[in-house]
Amino acid sequence: MSDVKKVLFGPILSNNPIALQILGICSALAVTSSLSVSLVMSIALTLVCAFSNFFIAIIRNHIPSSIRIIVQMIIIASLVIVVDQVLKAFAFEISKQLSVFVGLIITNCIVMGRAEAYAMKNGPGMSFLDGIGNGLGYSAMLLIVGFFRELLGAGKLFGVPVLETVQNGGWYQPNGLMLLPPSAFFVIGLVIWALRAYKKEQVEEPEFKIAKNSRSQEAL
Amino acid sequence: MEHLISLFIKAVFVENMALAFFLGMCTFLALSKKVETAIGLGIAVVIVLAVTVPVNNLLYQNLLADGALEWAGLPNVDLSFLGLLSYIGVIAAIVQILEMTLDKYMPALYNALGVFLPLITVNCAIMGASLFMVERDYNFSESLVYGVGAGIGWALAIAALAGIREKLKYSDVPAGLRGLGITFITVGLMSLGFMSFSGVQL
Repeated sequence: MSDVKKVLFGPILSNNPIALQILGICSALAVTSSLSVSLVMSIALTLVCAFSNFFIAIIRNHIPSSIRIIVQMIIIASLVIVVDQVLKAFAFEISKQLSVFVGLIITNCIVMGRAEAYAMKNGPGMSFLDGIGNGLGYSAMLLIVGFFRELLGAGKLFGVPVLETVQNGGWYQPNGLMLLPPSAFFVIGLVIWALRAYKKEQVEEPEFKIAKNSRSQEAL
Repeated sequence: MEHLISLFIKAVFVENMALAFFLGMCTFLALSKKVETAIGLGIAVVIVLAVTVPVNNLLYQNLLADGALEWAGLPNVDLSFLGLLSYIGVIAAIVQILEMTLDKYMPALYNALGVFLPLITVNCAIMGASLFMVERDYNFSESLVYGVGAGIGWALAIAALAGIREKLKYSDVPAGLRGLGITFITVGLMSLGFMSFSGVQL
């Protein structure tokens, strides 16, 4: 039971795909300017990741290792096509906003990385959970970033005004920078800082230490 | 001709793959610790983009687009939903072929690029360029220019970041920001710089 819990919830804090494994960053930056778009993207990625892990784990013993990348790609690409078509059919507005980023789930390193690192070695059940867990870690990061960017940039959450902006006669002066893509870098950088302040073991070792101040002391 | 040159400039600076669209970020952050590796990877990306975007363009124009199968007597077939699968297949195949060709005929270059070639298949910049090519309806020569330009823009960005990081490792960064955190913030500042190109109309 503790195994299941570790696989499912480990990636959220202690092994976050974005903050620690450096996987799947591209889409985390580009789609987080509003919370509803980030939510759709997280759901899409979690589903693709879980099911691709599941299917790859089922056939893992039959894939020749020399062509495994292409086999994984085909499974992932087929799943992404399904997601893309479903989004176009039922949420056309959001699929327009996501533009090429749904297609880019194929090359999202989280999906490939987990297929390669976990699903090739474990059974289908656990792989499915691992996919969901990593999807959740990704979603957590995406939603945090989306929350701050939409709240500070437009004063809204899910399109509903929370902080009344100056333009509408309120008091909040929106920070336009938060709607621009570079702000996602700053938010993620600060989230990583917060996470590592809480989980000290994730702090990276410096390559060079700064020597103690070695100026000669005045003679007494 | 003028049109193609301005497309090229636009692909390198205004619509820089890494710093304006944030594509290929994973490799961009993970492999930018040394200038040498960054330049090697940059060259590999330029080569792969220059080949895959035009090939995907031919594939789209002649097989997948709405009504493109007219030459085969099937004017009503629209296979564009198969796009994602075909592009990634083409990219994976071309990277594989490129790897084998380089191994046979240019072993020096192959050894220099070695590790990075297989990684490129999962670089979103490559796939992203093909998807943008389809979305913007480029023709063959435009897609060739766009591929080369996008690649050079990406290579430029990763070389610049690697240069900054080489200097940065001597600085005293707060413990939690060390490594990945400060890199994110550096890239954010770089992309703010590149946003100054965004008003340029070509």
